[in-house]
Amino acid sequence: MSNEKMTILIDGVAVEATEGQTILQAAADAGIYIPRLCNHKDLLPGGHCRICTVKINGRPGSSCTFPVADGLVIENDTDELNAMRRAIVEMLFVEGNHYCPSCEASGNCELQALGYRLGMINPEYPYQEPKNEIDATHDDVYIDRDRCVLCGRCARASVQLDGKRVFGFDGRGLGTRIAVNSPDGLGGTNLSVDDRAATICPTGCLRVKGQGPDIPVGQRAYDSTPIGSDIERKQTVKQAT
Amino acid sequence: MAVEQQRDIISQVAEEFGRSPARLLDVARGVHARLGHLSEESIGFIAEALGLERVRVRDTISFYHFFARQPRGRSTVYLCNAVVERMKGADAVAKAFEEATGVKMGETTPDNAISLAYTACIGLSDQAPSALVNGIPLTNLTPADVPMIVETLRKGEDVSSLPQAKVKKNLLKRGDIVFGAMDPGAAIRKALALSPVELINEMSVSRLRGRGGAGFPTSMKWSFCRTAKGEAHYVVCNADEGEPGTFKDRVILTECPDLLFEGMTVAGYAIGAKKGFLYLRAEYEYMLARLETVLARRRDAGLLGTNILGKGFDFDIRIQVGGGAYVCGEESALIESLEGKRGAPRDRPPFPVQKGYRNQPTSVNNVETLCCAARIVEKGGAWFSAFGYEDSKGTKALSISGDCERPGVYEVEYGMTLQDMLDMVGARNVQAIQFGGPSGQCIAPDGFGRRLDFDDLATGGSVIIFGEDRDLLEYMRQFTEFFTEESCGWCAPCRVGTTLLLKGLEKILEGSGTKSDLEALKKLGATVKAMSRCGLGQTAANPILTTMENFPGLYEARLSKDEFIPSFDLAKALEEGCAVTGRNPDLEEKHA
Ligand SMILES: Cc1cc2nc3c(=O)[nH]c(=O)nc-3n(C[C@H](O)[C@H](O)[C@H](O)COP(=O)(O)O)c2cc1C
Repeated sequence: MSNEKMTILIDGVAVEATEGQTILQAAADAGIYIPRLCNHKDLLPGGHCRICTVKINGRPGSSCTFPVADGLVIENDTDELNAMRRAIVEMLFVEGNHYCPSCEASGNCELQALGYRLGMINPEYPYQEPKNEIDATHDDVYIDRDRCVLCGRCARASVQLDGKRVFGFDGRGLGTRIAVNSPDGLGGTNLSVDDRAATICPTGCLRVKGQGPDIPVGQRAYDSTPIGSDIERKQTVKQAT
Repeated sequence: MAVEQQRDIISQVAEEFGRSPARLLDVARGVHARLGHLSEESIGFIAEALGLERVRVRDTISFYHFFARQPRGRSTVYLCNAVVERMKGADAVAKAFEEATGVKMGETTPDNAISLAYTACIGLSDQAPSALVNGIPLTNLTPADVPMIVETLRKGEDVSSLPQAKVKKNLLKRGDIVFGAMDPGAAIRKALALSPVELINEMSVSRLRGRGGAGFPTSMKWSFCRTAKGEAHYVVCNADEGEPGTFKDRVILTECPDLLFEGMTVAGYAIGAKKGFLYLRAEYEYMLARLETVLARRRDAGLLGTNILGKGFDFDIRIQVGGGAYVCGEESALIESLEGKRGAPRDRPPFPVQKGYRNQPTSVNNVETLCCAARIVEKGGAWFSAFGYEDSKGTKALSISGDCERPGVYEVEYGMTLQDMLDMVGARNVQAIQFGGPSGQCIAPDGFGRRLDFDDLATGGSVIIFGEDRDLLEYMRQFTEFFTEESCGWCAPCRVGTTLLLKGLEKILEGSGTKSDLEALKKLGATVKAMSRCGLGQTAANPILTTMENFPGLYEARLSKDEFIPSFDLAKALEEGCAVTGRNPDLEEKHA
């Protein structure tokens, strides 16, 4: 891949980008946070959550998959896009059963953190109240599908980082569920607790067993700083005001 | 069946397809045909036979509508419950099936003879109500026909000899382009005398635009594909025809398969492909044998295969039958399906012309587009562009159904007004036209002067007419329900948003919607449209949004005068608890 440099414009700010990068990556390198959920820096993009949607030359597109090209004009931090991103986060909340106050992931959960960052008060949409089974067949890891957002991170990590294929999807539409590579549940697969897939879940769906939270509520990753702060701290460009 | 026997059968089927993982869809179809369903065990054996992980097999199989995961009856009746079918009495036919079999839709008779199921549009809206019974189409059904059909199935006899097992052609207007007379080989002879670039130039002169709905210039698509670098190039014909109310490809596939295959061959020559695929929707499997015969005849005539017409050009076509999924008509989902995977669309860029089938440059074209292309090569681009209107050249095959005297396929020139269309098919007292299917727009009479035109009313060809007595919003509800069932589930805004659209609309139709609900529904529609990954989600709100725009009065008439009505039903939420505890709290009083 060539290292050709180019310039894209994000919310009016000129950002240097390298050929082969996605819009989301180029923005992150410049310290600009584009909200995202299914994306993970160590994985190829999945394009599931669409929260990272930006307007590219006026048309909506997912910044995690869209390659940079010289002169692209991007809208990111606009009221319109943030409202629609918040709407997607709300959709994910009502699709599953996310009981934040009693969830071990609370404070470290990227879905919850996005809700805060995007200003979600309470989902406007009716709860779908899905019926899901917990898969506790594995010695070290369990799946609570009530808290799954179908981001596909575990499935991608298993293939791309662990060289296995522990996860996949089952069904379609609202009936889609994360599936495992065994008729006997997660315990029948070759998942190891040391696999990246075991800990890459952004919510409380895929959890390591027998681990009490060692950091108390109030001091966890997103309790004091909003999600995306790590990216914004790197800011190299001056935001136009 | 003994496990070993099951394993042997699966191994044999896998062998037929060279144990190639890319042929997973075919293997699954083959196993399903032999064993009646795809059990957890079968999934394991398929995985073993193809050298795939079972979760990969399950990922694909669980996606498609026509693969049963549980045992079913020896025969399955798939009754079509698309909008036009229900307008024409499908509900009464369903009831008759339930009465005659003694089981409900979705169930199997205790003697395992018959399973009843619903299915989305099967491309027979012009002869509705219709059903697929063991893959065989039955048309113009009435409740009175049902006992005989059930009797036949109970006896284990073939339904293809029943009088209802007849698909009428209903080609009511032949134009010169798609349905004109044809001399097999004429276009190929001309094409091979040109260079690929000259051929693409001819396409450009014709100003042909894609007939699948989006209207992308075909010459540009072919040119991009031809110049894209790759180890191989591919032609794909999109015969998924899933948009409810469309059936013109059915008629093209039966009336002029030679023209279509000629178009694919010409496309192959233009883009530098040796291989083409016809992706045929599962609902059209009954056409497969005949299409294969046509392909064989063309091979014998030197029009397909190696060294075509002795000119050193090699090209062949394989037919891939789908598994039942509307989204597989979306070109990148179609390619995924062709590769033996679930039909989840891809993000673009890259486009299929850059990275399509097996990540190689691929041109996906609609059936009708390829027929036009063959005709253009035969008669010339200038001849073609003499038909039509402004930037919409040529003719369009329309599938017209609903409330009219003469439903069927009409090949008309671009530029025709909607009013002329209504007069052509004998439609009076029309309340609305659903133009372009549910993903298109619902048009009120003040728009009937508009024209068939890519730049105003683009369409894949579905035209559904609603008479003045129809409850229009109920049909919009059914369209919305269709999208919830066909959403692939890959992306959040479409997966969840389509269901929320349905719930929002239902709340209004039940009379418990307020003005703020209407506003919220509109906002939700805009979100699903803007944020969804592919055209399915991007258009799923159209039935709601376009009726809000063009029929605002229908919504206002349903609104409650209340300021706010919660969608949360307290009594219902407490139902289970009340039943368990045997208590019945007075909710009214507490919340007054
Ligand atoms: C949900 C969805 C379903 C589609 N179904 C079909 C179809 O059944 N047939 C078709 O030709 N195009 C369909 N399309 C359009 C295709 O993606 C693609 O644009 C078309 O096949 C290109 O062919 P053309 O250039 O000849 O029109 C569909 C698109 C979407 C988003």
